[in-house]
Amino acid sequence: MDLSRLEINRRTALLTSAAIAANVINPMRAFAQETPRKGGVFNVHYGAEQRQLNPSIQASTGVYIIGGKIQENLVDLDANGQPVGVLAESWEATPDGKTVTFKLRKGITWHDGKPFTSEDVAFTAMNMWKKILNYGSTLQLFLTAVDTPDPQTAIFRYERPMPLNLLLRALPDLGYVSAKHLYESGDIRQNPTNLAPVGTGPFKFVKYERGQYIIADRNPDYWRPNAPYLDRIVWKVITDRAAAAAQMEAGELHYSPFSGLTISDMARLGKDKRFIVSTKGNEGNARTNTIEFNFRRKELSDIRVRRAIAHAINVPFFIDNFLGDFAKLGTGPIPSTSTDFYPGPNTPQYPYDKAKAIALLDEAGFKASGGNRFALKLLPAPWGEDISLWSTFIQQSLGEVGIQVDIVRNDGGGFLKQVYDDHAFDLATGWHQYRNDPAVSTTVWYRSGQPKGAPWTNQWGWEDKTVDATIDNAATEVDPAKRKALYADFVKEVNTELPVWMPIEQIFVTVITAKARNHSNTPRWGSASWHDLWLSA
Amino acid sequence: MRILSLAGRRLAASIPTLFLILIGVFLLLQLAPGDTVDALMAQMGGGDAATAEALRKFYGLDLSVPAQLGNYLWHLVRLDLGFSSIYGKPVATVILERLPPTILLMTASLSFAFFFGLVFGVIASRGVNRWPDTLISTLGLIFYATPSFWFGLMAIVVFSVYLQWLPPGGFEDIGTVQTGIWRVLDIAAHLVLPTLTLGLIFLAIYLRIMRASMLEVLNLDFVRTARAKGLDETHVITRHVLRNALLPMVTLIGLQAGTMLGGSVVVESVFSLPGLGRLAYESVVQRDLNTLLGIVFVSALLVISVNFVVDLLYARLDPRIAAEG
Repeated sequence: MDLSRLEINRRTALLTSAAIAANVINPMRAFAQETPRKGGVFNVHYGAEQRQLNPSIQASTGVYIIGGKIQENLVDLDANGQPVGVLAESWEATPDGKTVTFKLRKGITWHDGKPFTSEDVAFTAMNMWKKILNYGSTLQLFLTAVDTPDPQTAIFRYERPMPLNLLLRALPDLGYVSAKHLYESGDIRQNPTNLAPVGTGPFKFVKYERGQYIIADRNPDYWRPNAPYLDRIVWKVITDRAAAAAQMEAGELHYSPFSGLTISDMARLGKDKRFIVSTKGNEGNARTNTIEFNFRRKELSDIRVRRAIAHAINVPFFIDNFLGDFAKLGTGPIPSTSTDFYPGPNTPQYPYDKAKAIALLDEAGFKASGGNRFALKLLPAPWGEDISLWSTFIQQSLGEVGIQVDIVRNDGGGFLKQVYDDHAFDLATGWHQYRNDPAVSTTVWYRSGQPKGAPWTNQWGWEDKTVDATIDNAATEVDPAKRKALYADFVKEVNTELPVWMPIEQIFVTVITAKARNHSNTPRWGSASWHDLWLSA
Repeated sequence: MRILSLAGRRLAASIPTLFLILIGVFLLLQLAPGDTVDALMAQMGGGDAATAEALRKFYGLDLSVPAQLGNYLWHLVRLDLGFSSIYGKPVATVILERLPPTILLMTASLSFAFFFGLVFGVIASRGVNRWPDTLISTLGLIFYATPSFWFGLMAIVVFSVYLQWLPPGGFEDIGTVQTGIWRVLDIAAHLVLPTLTLGLIFLAIYLRIMRASMLEVLNLDFVRTARAKGLDETHVITRHVLRNALLPMVTLIGLQAGTMLGGSVVVESVFSLPGLGRLAYESVVQRDLNTLLGIVFVSALLVISVNFVVDLLYARLDPRIAAEG
């Protein structure tokens, strides 16, 4: 048992992660005085092709990694994780939280030469963010209109209060603007522009050869002075992780984002001077590993059984031996990287304690007969190696306390259908993605009344009125301090009831050439515009 | 003309088979949990129920299974393969784009395997149970037993990472625009490693088959007769033995043309080639039914035509077999 790990307070936790980050990016310091060099081609590993490239209608890293260089958002996050204007210059909200006014930057043009105005923002918000964009449609549910009194002003009107800090933390991901003149006629989903995006960003789309590569060239008319530095970005479609690692070594790739290589290859390249392997620049893409319980199984509807399962698993041992430096002990749904909302580790926790687990199971009345109490079906998500390892670890840990676990593997579509639609699971494990504010994609894991079939939501057959009330109050609370307190209550409540247990925190790992400069300098750098990125000779 | 009518009859005879295959694949895919919208949700990282419903309508998944199947077959009868949900383009266009790399890779590695399999098989059978035979047979066994993804990765590590002789992947160089002969050479350079990787396993099979069938034919009466006539050994081998020993090899080519299409998923992934194998894999994972059925259809057509050519070859090699058979 490792109690010492649980007693770390927030400050030491932050210091430790900062120390790890500083350690890894150390080689950059020597070059701090270099003058930026113009030119060069930056080759990026693109592991999984998406169906389209427009970030206004699809919120996923697979789209941002390309579309985020071509199209721009209203707001992005700066090096300290604070909102900073991109297409928007400034913003303000009325005290009732129902009106948010954005002042837009002047003199910006689309890649096709047409001017960028508030009309584009209004059109995108009402037709894409509110209607099509995943998570956007929830965020903007109560958006009633966007007024455009002049080309530089967009006024968002909400039916219910919209906390400004929620909107500003959600917009970096959910606030990419598309050109009205290209989308106003016809079905937005079928618009050919989705595969040949037109934006205001530092790079102009050139060519997309499906299954092979995507090319974007420098935008000479970009609004930021002297930017961008690179001449061209090439995204190479490489589905095999081991082959991608070989291409990094052969010099054919400069950057593999979002843990795109195998854990062993990342560890190996981390020792090679030619590469930098680090979690820095991905703080905004934190995720937690989950154990999801199906309350339709009578054993799992007993809180003592859920707690026993959490106690039965030696998480620090798993992290040390399988995930290494790329993960740390989690404390619940809000990860420690979220400086605005992390409630600290002093919420109910379930450290490894086999004896306690056995006692809890006995107390619940599930006695071991022939070493076995009952059997459970565990469905692991297919997204990453860590989940596969983690599911085997759960299986073996629970076997030791007399719970037999059968692992049922599926591909992506199959996993989502079986867990979140058919509810054909006892335990499920995958990733919960934290998107800078708990209201974006975290509270849906716990709020009751989620429609059947909605992936990554409360499909556990569990309902708790107190938790529902906390979630609802926090979502419309305009005062940042009160919101933070409400989310601390929320974590305490769900860690007590334990419908889902989130005991591991991970941040995506970046593998990038040591020649790159100004990289990983924001919390969502993989998705950012790369206007200041350059390659040293 | 005779060949054309023969081809026509063959094709007509395979139409019922084709339909059965397509209906079978369609129904099998219904058994897989999840549809293309679930797969898209997995890719997007989630979305609400209203989005999912709108997407199901968009992809025509709100219809019942028999209605979807009926729709598909009705389109197919009019030679319309439908619309791909992952590519947002007609399936025929998607497949046509992917066909050249696949066919190039397939013919290159089949020719490589066939030619060297033949040569090594003959050498092994001539020195049966002596060192050339032992060496060739052992090598063949090693090639056959090694998984192709490992071969591919090792080839990349050796020839691309350390020696830097050949490109580690891709179909052609993206950095520079090439035309004419330079483009051909560039593509050829990119295909060397994948061809060897895919070809080596087949080479092992071909050389074993060639060796066995050479040994069999060498013991037949007409060989003894040829030798008794006083023909020299080279003449006996090339004119009498080889020609008869080739029949099983040709049969194998016909059978393996189909396997090669499916077997190249691994090689295409390792070398990032935009071929049909990877497309098929992606279509299954993304539950893109139209594309998958389209690939099955095209692959079936390819296999049928290769087998037809094989039948014609039989007749050429052994006049006792009539092509009409």
